[in-house]
Amino acid sequence: MTQQPAAVELRGIGKRFPGVIANHDVDLSIRPGTVHALIGENGAGKSTLMKILYGVQKPDDGTIVINGGEIELKSPTDAIEAGVGMVFQHFMLADNLTVLENMVLGAEKLHGIGDDARAEIRRISDRFGFDLDPDVLVERLGVAARQRLEIAKVLYRGARIIILDEPTAVLVPQEVDALFDNLRELRDAGNSVLFISHKLDEVLAIADDITVMRRGTTVGTADPKSATKRQLAELMVGSELPSPETAESTVTDVVQLTLDDVTLTDEFGRNLLSDISLKIRRGEVLGIAGVEGNGQSELVETIMGMRIPSSGRITLGETDVTHWHTRKLRESGIGYIPEDRHRHGLLLDSPLWENRMLGHQTQPPNAKGPWINRSGARKDTSRIVADYDVRAPGIDTPARALSGGNQQKLIVGREMSGDPVLLIASHPTRGVDVGAQAAIWGHIKRARKEGLAVLLISADLDELIGLSDTIQVVLRGRFVGTFEPSAVTPQDLGAAMTGGEAA
Amino acid sequence: MNAFSLRRVGLALLAPAIAVVVSVIVTTIVIAAVGSSPGDFWSAMFSNPLPRIRVNVVNQTAMIYTSAVAAAIGFRMGLFNIGLEGQYLMASFAAASFAGAAYVGGFLNVGLSLLIAIAVGAAWAGIAGILRTTRGVSEVISTIMLNAIALTLVGYLVDRYGVHEGNTVRTTKIAAGDMVKGFTPYQARDGQVWALAIIAVLVGVGFWVLLNKTRFGFDLRASGQSESAALASGVNPKRMILVSMMLSGGVAGLIWMPALFGSAGSYGTSFQFGLGFLGIAVALLGRNSPIGMLFGAVLFAYLSAQSNTLTFSTDISPSIVQITQGVAVLAVVISYEVVRRWRARLEQRVVSRELAGAMGATA
Amino acid sequence: MSTTTKTPATPSLLERLTKGWFYLALLGIAVVSLVRIVTDTNDLDSAGTIRAAIIATCPILMAALGGLWAERAGVVNIGLEGQMILGTWGAAFFTYHYGPWIGILGAALLGLIGGLMHAVATVTFGVDHIVSGVAINLIGAGAATYLAEAVFSDYNGGGPRQLVGLDPPTNITIPGISDWSLDLADKHWFFVSDIASVVAALTTRISSLSVVVFALVALSAFLLWRTSFGLRLRSCGENPQAAETLGVNVIRYKYIAVLISGALAGIGGGFLALVSSSGYSANQTGGRGYIGLAAMIFGNWRPSGLLAGALTFGYTDSLRLRDADAVHALLLLVALGLLVLAVLRLVRKQVEGAIVMGVAGAAILAWFLFTDSVPREFTVMTPYVTTLFVLALGAQRLRMPAADGKPYRKGSAG
Repeated sequence: MTQQPAAVELRGIGKRFPGVIANHDVDLSIRPGTVHALIGENGAGKSTLMKILYGVQKPDDGTIVINGGEIELKSPTDAIEAGVGMVFQHFMLADNLTVLENMVLGAEKLHGIGDDARAEIRRISDRFGFDLDPDVLVERLGVAARQRLEIAKVLYRGARIIILDEPTAVLVPQEVDALFDNLRELRDAGNSVLFISHKLDEVLAIADDITVMRRGTTVGTADPKSATKRQLAELMVGSELPSPETAESTVTDVVQLTLDDVTLTDEFGRNLLSDISLKIRRGEVLGIAGVEGNGQSELVETIMGMRIPSSGRITLGETDVTHWHTRKLRESGIGYIPEDRHRHGLLLDSPLWENRMLGHQTQPPNAKGPWINRSGARKDTSRIVADYDVRAPGIDTPARALSGGNQQKLIVGREMSGDPVLLIASHPTRGVDVGAQAAIWGHIKRARKEGLAVLLISADLDELIGLSDTIQVVLRGRFVGTFEPSAVTPQDLGAAMTGGEAA
Repeated sequence: MNAFSLRRVGLALLAPAIAVVVSVIVTTIVIAAVGSSPGDFWSAMFSNPLPRIRVNVVNQTAMIYTSAVAAAIGFRMGLFNIGLEGQYLMASFAAASFAGAAYVGGFLNVGLSLLIAIAVGAAWAGIAGILRTTRGVSEVISTIMLNAIALTLVGYLVDRYGVHEGNTVRTTKIAAGDMVKGFTPYQARDGQVWALAIIAVLVGVGFWVLLNKTRFGFDLRASGQSESAALASGVNPKRMILVSMMLSGGVAGLIWMPALFGSAGSYGTSFQFGLGFLGIAVALLGRNSPIGMLFGAVLFAYLSAQSNTLTFSTDISPSIVQITQGVAVLAVVISYEVVRRWRARLEQRVVSRELAGAMGATA
Repeated sequence: MSTTTKTPATPSLLERLTKGWFYLALLGIAVVSLVRIVTDTNDLDSAGTIRAAIIATCPILMAALGGLWAERAGVVNIGLEGQMILGTWGAAFFTYHYGPWIGILGAALLGLIGGLMHAVATVTFGVDHIVSGVAINLIGAGAATYLAEAVFSDYNGGGPRQLVGLDPPTNITIPGISDWSLDLADKHWFFVSDIASVVAALTTRISSLSVVVFALVALSAFLLWRTSFGLRLRSCGENPQAAETLGVNVIRYKYIAVLISGALAGIGGGFLALVSSSGYSANQTGGRGYIGLAAMIFGNWRPSGLLAGALTFGYTDSLRLRDADAVHALLLLVALGLLVLAVLRLVRKQVEGAIVMGVAGAAILAWFLFTDSVPREFTVMTPYVTTLFVLALGAQRLRMPAADGKPYRKGSAG
């Protein structure tokens, strides 16, 4: 139907990294002058695909066609020349340089680095309402302003095809609305926008076309006018959504963890957590819902003793543990599944049996007094590998060689060992395959039945609703609502998470 | 499994092998470039070492190895203790002064002096540790500064309180009865293998046990691999930095002790500078592993000692081996990096093939 | 709704100080003058002392500037010391054969070779910067020693550990001003004579190479902060991934920076061999590469700051070779300086820093009052102790390039 050639057409793109196939057989076509959404779960290969389209990485297979002409992108320079601009998920800005310097970097030939450039920045800023002062240091900009700067950077270079990688992940709802206004203006000015996300509400709100990715490849397209969230979600996951539903309540009367008015302040005196109070009983799963960056990580780190609260009290069982360090907390039976397993959960270059010790290196069966119990640790690692179905060549394999799901199963197995009294699970199924996800849910449910108290933090609302006995919503470091999982929908939670409707 | 580990060993040996080849080539080129004969050089270096040189190699190996272990303690947890030089200088001076003052006699004097050496080395390193943990000062810069301060401070102290003899100055000689001589493997004129060279063995074994058998060693290695993971596992990073910095400095304090009690008898012109930097080089060469560093220490000691024969048989200056040593270190760190990347690519190819196969089967 | 705070880029304390640099210098001279008169030690800032201070400053300044180039592009170069040593040899060798200016180019070339090794190791192969720097210092020291023994032994005025009698670059004297200011300086009047000393030092037998050195600092400041080349280079030290996504060839800029860094350190070594002394001698650098690094950190990775740092270190370095009374008078100067800083901090309510500085200042003042002389060794230590103090008190305020010392690989953006 379209007479005009597609703004971007990707055919059969493939890309491999050590240990993974990031992309294979990717096909994608963007109509000019539209907002095209690319959706998929974390780890579906969206970001890699965008880096390929922007010339940061070279594809192993496939062709890229821009405005009807086949093109080889060897570096971002080629992409910029072809009129492609990219706003990365993690902003590509130098904090210690000014807005102007960040803007003109690499494009000095266009308007120089002096007053001409300053005038051009003002022009772009006024045209789209970006509100950018050229001579401010970037470190002084807030998140939303940084994002506007990123978009302005792209426009400054004359890009007509603009890629935004998960642009809303760091924004508050009002900022998301403002961003969408900007994007519509860009579209109406004739630009093509590729919008990458896994948030379905936003996609339905902004997109003209939708392409879905799963496990490194494109699996289908959808029309936002007719598609429902459920359909899109099933396309993303690739099957009926597995349901994590729990059976009957196992909540007891014994309180395992209590937080009383816990407040955490950063070095500038801002509150990261304000007056957080909660109780988790044995056999209870307390879920924490919230948009990422609203204090979840800080809450976990405070409970785990990696940060010390500025006021308030934390009680484990009967004991005041407010000022305890991580090690002592772990020794008293707290299991911890960190949100970023590569940074906090594993020693990637160490063998599995040493990773089994990590975090439990002072406890049996890993240690005897000040000594390491090598044989004890190895034997127990074999048990975990068998019981938790960790697929690995052996316990001497370095952790790096395992897939994400198997790494996570090892961590879950490790943290469930030694009869913990409390489990802190931060995004326990993030970036793992569906099989591992179901297995991890099973383990949490079993432990709950055996009387474990669990604090569950997740961005996956279905997971939260399915596993939790109670759900707390956190917004800007504060609890803003309590929900019964049996009586709540993801939509309700979503509203509370964005401050739409505080209960 | 067997073939797997065989290949791993092969890959591990590949990097040092490349480094040795590169440093041999560079050394040969440099010698040829200034118009000397590389052939003469290599035949002198590979000639059967004289007894005197053999003794010297053992003694030097001991000191270099102790220094390397001190450096490795820091490296293993991601700390760069560039300050070994200053730490063993301060410690040597303090121990020599104490031993020379003869407050006590015999073995007690030796033992207490060693303890003082450890304490002073640890304290001097501890300054850098405290600056790092309390003020966030990079230990690289602070230890460099502390090296220079130690040099002038010891120069001042020995000048002020030492024994002046003509142009030279030294601390009071240790009483002959308090020296720990060692044994004479050849003839008297070939010198002695110092008894306190045993320190190197103890330090090496201790390092291996600490690293592989203790909880502290596990914490240390975890901190070196991933600071964030170590923190989440319950390691107190500040305490860890301070303790390992002081441990490193304490071991550094022992570096020159074999020589002090074996032959020097006082701190003065006989003090051997530069062992700290040699130790850092050997730690890099041996990848901080107790065995690897042993090979590195022997290699360095041999190169230094055997190069003295060059003055008799060739026109080549012995200092050529410094180039060999430096190039070996740079080459070994580069080739480890190259081998690591090569291995990653190899792994990538294997995995892609497996995955592609698996997909073909399901499709 | 906007989260942009419209505060302009507020300059750091150091920047503000260097903006009022001129007045500060005048104030400094007044204080020095006062101390000179009170303690009756005219050598504290005689033309001879300042001349010696400039000569002592230049090598440190070159090392610091070399450090600045590398670190602004994100490469930590503690190999400066080794590159400097190579420079001393290169200057001697080339000057012996072709005269002093080719000699300086030779020093730069040898330093550049040292820089090349560092660039290959750190930029191409991603070796840890400190590790590579340590190795290059070993190689530099070894190579200079060996090459000197192998080459200089047969030269006129040469030996295995030295080569003397080299032609230095010409000295410049501006006839009228020089004599007039020297006369004025000898009057020992308050303030006027002190200014005259500075003028005299700058116009009397100042080495043309010193002029080049200061010109290189100005040129570097211009290139790094006023040109798009400099912007690109600095972006590699701040956020190389971002630079890469904007089409900057990060690898190339890092190479250029590290090569220039080595060449500048080499020139610093050349200065030592040709101007500071009359020839090459073994281990001539004596850790000046490290002091240069310290001066750069002291100066907060800025040209004006590192100039101030290098001058401070150069001054203390030169003073130890001069009148012992001047060293003692320096104590009073340092004490006053510390007390002034303590008051400044107190005004800004930084109590902790104020107390530390106040106590240190009082202690040094007491030392001055109750002694008649200072061991020379303590002057030698001054730069190092000062650096430790500055780092301990101001590490939070120092701002090194954000990606300094971090390995970078192409294709890692995003």
